[in-house]
Amino acid sequence: MADQFQGIEPMVYQSKINVPYSWWAGDTATRFFVALRDEKKIIATKCGACGKVFMPPRKTCPLCFTANTEWVDVSDEGTVLTFSVARRQLAAIPQDRKVPVIWGLIKLDGADTAILHYLDEVKPEDVIIGMRVKAVFSETRKGTIRDISHFKPVK
Amino acid sequence: MDRAAIIGVGMTKIEKSKVRETFADMAWEAVNKALADAGMSIDDIDNVVTTSSDFWDGRTISCMAVGDASGAADKNTSCVEGDGTYGAFYGYTRALSGSYKTTLVTGHSKGSQCISSLITNASFDPICERGLGMDMITACAMQANAYMNRTGLRPEDMAMVSVKNHGNALKNPMAQLPMNITVSDVIKSEMIADPLHKLDCSPVSDGCCAVIIAHESVATKFKQKPVWIRGLSLCTDSFFFGDRDLARSNALVEAAKNAYKMAGIKDPKKEIDIVELYDAFTYQELLWLEEMGLADYGKAAKLLEAGEFNINGPLPVNPSGGLLSGHPVIAAGLYRIAEVVMQLRGDAGEHQVKKAKTGIAHGVNGLCGQSHCVWILDKER
Repeated sequence: MADQFQGIEPMVYQSKINVPYSWWAGDTATRFFVALRDEKKIIATKCGACGKVFMPPRKTCPLCFTANTEWVDVSDEGTVLTFSVARRQLAAIPQDRKVPVIWGLIKLDGADTAILHYLDEVKPEDVIIGMRVKAVFSETRKGTIRDISHFKPVK
Repeated sequence: MDRAAIIGVGMTKIEKSKVRETFADMAWEAVNKALADAGMSIDDIDNVVTTSSDFWDGRTISCMAVGDASGAADKNTSCVEGDGTYGAFYGYTRALSGSYKTTLVTGHSKGSQCISSLITNASFDPICERGLGMDMITACAMQANAYMNRTGLRPEDMAMVSVKNHGNALKNPMAQLPMNITVSDVIKSEMIADPLHKLDCSPVSDGCCAVIIAHESVATKFKQKPVWIRGLSLCTDSFFFGDRDLARSNALVEAAKNAYKMAGIKDPKKEIDIVELYDAFTYQELLWLEEMGLADYGKAAKLLEAGEFNINGPLPVNPSGGLLSGHPVIAAGLYRIAEVVMQLRGDAGEHQVKKAKTGIAHGVNGLCGQSHCVWILDKER
């Protein structure tokens, strides 16, 4: 068969998938975000069976398959378990963040699992696994994960 | 337990952008190649499983969109969202169900039509994580850092994977990125997310793969030599990174252990002849090999350096060039199965390995290898 595309550009149809969507945060995340927003406090759920403290908080313990019933305060300080530094301005990076952007997986004191968040006020080359960091809260807080602005090194 | 075999495979060439083809065009090519390979007609196919992801395809119910081109009309068709190995897992269970004798499984993807950073960002938890703007590359960079910190792995060690796999692709006509490169080329390539350079990352790719799975009662009825499914397992780790040990992969340890047990394999280092695994990033080839028990933890790089995983070495790993040489997401694991099948049949052409009786094909789904599917395939029943 002759090449039907010879000498012409194949047709490309430009469009986008853009569908508004609302995620109901649920009662567990709601309580977590309200504490961040109103009290600058980080709270977590605890499993009544194995005693594990979960960050981000969730309703059930995945290991025991039981409902977490207890809430506990965890520290705003913790340890960097691992990290990543974006050098290319990847499309997913929010517009208010310019590379290099650093993310850490941070285990807060008092929690058994770690959360993802930004590391800032530190040069990428100075970030190491095991470093101690502290939460910096945003000036204006709206009840989202970004009510914590970032984590900075503990001096 | 009843047995099943893979009796036909078909792959499109993996390309950066198949701008001339729709999803259905790719499926048509792969399915017809698989039917020809098996010596079957579409009427010989009892049921169809398609594998796709709505976000990657830019539409809902995406797997139904390739049904027509896959010969699914009037047949029982089902869909799997995830890697192609998961679609094939389902296809295998259908072939064993007693209801069907032959299952056609397809997997398709076109990374070229979307922005992969946004698609993979959307796999993070929308309430607690997504707004932070991580994606597959920055997530895997985190895993790479944890793994390097634990094992002392160096960037140069990871780079050797890229050199080997792009080199292997020179002999694979289906591969997208055959390249003759050096460790220094990898280290000097753009740093995308520390420690991952551009050449530590698999490319954006388009492609479709199809395999035909048959119950033992019909596995030798058609012209092709059956490749037998000896062991198969799929295991999943926790969703949140902070619940896992990112420097390890418990899900893969479990999946491999289960698959070896089912296959009756006692010493995988001795009994496995060839591996096609999910090297979306260089470090993953090493980590996955270790967690599959094919190298001691933290020691795969030494074996790689010694040439153990070369195409002519004692355990060839990704002789096709792997995902680093072409990564059609979703289809990628199915390509691994098809590649191992070709190797075990002796049909791999220029990238054929010497001894190939028993092989592993491996698929991954989720960020940083949250879940793993391990196939033990054998040329003998």
